[in-house]
Amino acid sequence: MTVVDDRPETVAPAPRRRPNRLLALLRNSWRQLTSMRTALILLFLLAVAAIPGSVLPQRGISPEKVNEYFVDHPDWAPRLDRIGAFEVFGSVWFSAIYLLLFTSLIGCITPRLRDHIRALRSRPPAAPKRMARLPQHTVLPAPPGGAVAIAEVLRKRRWRVEVRGDEVSAEKGYLKETGNLLFHTSLIAVLISVALGSWYGWSGNRLLVAGADNSFCNTRQQYAEAKLGPQVDSADLPRFCLRLDDFQARFLPSGQPEFFNATVTVDGPDEPTRSADFSVNSPLRLGDASVYLLGHGYAPVIRYTDRFGNSQVSDEPFLTTGDMGLTSEGLAAFPDANVDPATGQRAPNEQMAFTGIYLPTAPEQAPFVRSEYPTERNPALNLVAYRGNLGLDAGIPGSVYQLDQRQVRAGKVQEVGTKLLRKGETWKLDDGTTVEFLGTERYVTLSIRHDPGATPLLISCGFLLVGLMGSLFGRRRRVFFRVVPADPAEGSPTDGSSLVEAGGLPRADYPGFADEFAQLIAAVNGDERASAGADSSDRAGVREGAE
Amino acid sequence: MSALSDNLVTFAILAYLIAMIGHAVEYALGNARTRVAAAAPVRELVGAGGGVVPTPPSAPVPSSAAADRSARRARLAGLIGVGATAVAALLHLAALVTRGLAADRMPWGNMYEFVLTVTFIGVAAWLVVLWKRPSLRKLGLFLTLVMVLLVATAELVLYVPIVPLVPALNSYWFVIHVSTIVFASGIFLLGAVPAVGFLMRNGYEQGKRSFPYTLAKRLPGAVSLERLTFALHAFAFPIFTFAVIAGAIWAEAAWGRPWGWDPKETWAFISWVVYAGYLHARATPSVKRNVATWLAVLGFLTMLMNLFGVNIFFTGLHSYGGLD
Repeated sequence: MTVVDDRPETVAPAPRRRPNRLLALLRNSWRQLTSMRTALILLFLLAVAAIPGSVLPQRGISPEKVNEYFVDHPDWAPRLDRIGAFEVFGSVWFSAIYLLLFTSLIGCITPRLRDHIRALRSRPPAAPKRMARLPQHTVLPAPPGGAVAIAEVLRKRRWRVEVRGDEVSAEKGYLKETGNLLFHTSLIAVLISVALGSWYGWSGNRLLVAGADNSFCNTRQQYAEAKLGPQVDSADLPRFCLRLDDFQARFLPSGQPEFFNATVTVDGPDEPTRSADFSVNSPLRLGDASVYLLGHGYAPVIRYTDRFGNSQVSDEPFLTTGDMGLTSEGLAAFPDANVDPATGQRAPNEQMAFTGIYLPTAPEQAPFVRSEYPTERNPALNLVAYRGNLGLDAGIPGSVYQLDQRQVRAGKVQEVGTKLLRKGETWKLDDGTTVEFLGTERYVTLSIRHDPGATPLLISCGFLLVGLMGSLFGRRRRVFFRVVPADPAEGSPTDGSSLVEAGGLPRADYPGFADEFAQLIAAVNGDERASAGADSSDRAGVREGAE
Repeated sequence: MSALSDNLVTFAILAYLIAMIGHAVEYALGNARTRVAAAAPVRELVGAGGGVVPTPPSAPVPSSAAADRSARRARLAGLIGVGATAVAALLHLAALVTRGLAADRMPWGNMYEFVLTVTFIGVAAWLVVLWKRPSLRKLGLFLTLVMVLLVATAELVLYVPIVPLVPALNSYWFVIHVSTIVFASGIFLLGAVPAVGFLMRNGYEQGKRSFPYTLAKRLPGAVSLERLTFALHAFAFPIFTFAVIAGAIWAEAAWGRPWGWDPKETWAFISWVVYAGYLHARATPSVKRNVATWLAVLGFLTMLMNLFGVNIFFTGLHSYGGLD
């Protein structure tokens, strides 16, 4: 990714007795890969390859939408899946592009880093013989003090100066290349930080219902879904327990949320039991782990009393359906219902389950399917009762939020009835058993994570930004001065009448260089006359470009 | 206050329209200054204009005066355009301030407010550029056209009444992340104008005389347009980079991860990569300047996609557009 390179080519055409074809191929491929052209193509490919990641649903972000896509497009989905279109950012082709790009990057910056270190340690090169060929050139009367005085002026202006007899060479703007290298090295650091995070990090999501009976401890088994990096063992998870004590939410009249706050009791790690608050935008930091509040909802408390008079209570969370009014759907299952207390005999066909829609603010009239407001202004629970074998004993994993529809279709579970229950109301079923809607508990959706790559990532990004600014706004340029005795034919070759030939070379596109050069000449000269002279000719060039 | 803001937006659109007309008139009357400044071609130009102005070709003095008058008129129209742009920018700013006061927060809560702020940054930066380089004035025609289109789109399509921020946006990162995104987007928006101008003007200077290139007949020179394009993008890119980093820091606090390939994040990544490609291509001597500039234009298209496409077609965590 060389921008301007005026170094002579160091590749000497060394005559070889037997050119190794394989080596030549490798060398040429490497050169191709590290060329700017390839890097640009790879950059462009990277951008194009990211597009499907935004168009198609992605497993890592919304697995349920991927399933929906499979249902909606049964022909296309498996084919797309085969090429990794639902996991674009982890797919082979996406990884191939960025790994090639980073290889190209490393191949490019390594020699540049070497060259730059050499440049930083070397002295500015000798002045060219014919300064008139440089983009900036002027002749001025020599200042008193000659080359040494000129060097002094340049040093004051923070140029790196080298005096060789009557010649002064100076260079400035190493920051550009330093920034450039810093920027690209930081990019590699960003990639490494992300990799660290995914290798050594872990995360899990779960719902936490309020109340002491529902407290959660940070173990693998307690997560609904958990992702552990390849280098993380279940035993590595920090030990702490959380209990949701309170959840507050405030909403606007329109139903738009305005404020959330969760109060929890935290036990551990390495700290005594304490109370803590957290909310959206301010996660709970527990040592290595951070707890994020992602969502909230209601868990209806439902008591079922079976024909033996045994009561059981369910407070399973009902999942919000995504509307403003927090209409929620869920399941209260009682697989241990109607077990004869005398014999302990299980009754697999007498199990009970209730699917329901919970409406925090039910409308005045039917249909009772959509809540009108997210807080509990008129709570109502629309229940459908089922009796039969719920299929929970078969050992087949099923959702705790949905009734196993296979059992319904197979006729093993039968619908018993439907009823809308207000808070505190009791519904007597056909067999004399009762179900009672006691109220609700709040629940929160939590994401608990540990990302060891986050801090290195932040630091790398900081360096990246600094480097970027250096590379964009730094400007490397050189100036040369040569004190020449005035032409003896024209006057006496005394010290006072000698002249200074000056030249300037910007090493990148730098429209303002003419101005800077003119100012420098004026400073060297100690008067404004030369500056004006240099100005008029040089600025004209700039104007021409600008108009 | 909210109604006042809405009215101010309408007035701003009108002022942009007036500015556009002013610039268009200047454009139509021709490149006056070069006619006057270039002494030698005067006779030729008079000859060319002879059909319109019945002046004997043997008397160049009065026709030179006519050219002079026409030049003055064109210049006046252009200056009216600039003046109207400045007035429009002030109205635009007032609309934003009143909207912010009415909402009691920074006016960046939804797509309407976002577009309104981005366009304001664009026009404010344009006025700064114009102040530094008055010779670029004729680019104002394209800029005001973009302004009219975008601000009118905001007013007609994206408008939503004022509501407070959702809890997820209620953070100081909102100010840091969104302000820098808005600022960078505004500069990129302005940068796209000379980029397109350069592509047309460059073609024109290479002798192309078909439709889009002829529009560039009176634009400033290709070299200066290209320089301006680069300067604006080089200025905006680090700000955009910072904004994306700030977004990642905020996302870590709000959503538990710095980067999650949410559609908005994905498109910000795409824009970043394309603009990085532009800057690299611009710095590589072997890449032609018009190829590089196409990348800048492409980058702006990805920004537009991120604003309109992602808000309207995709659902994600950044669904704050306010459109249902």
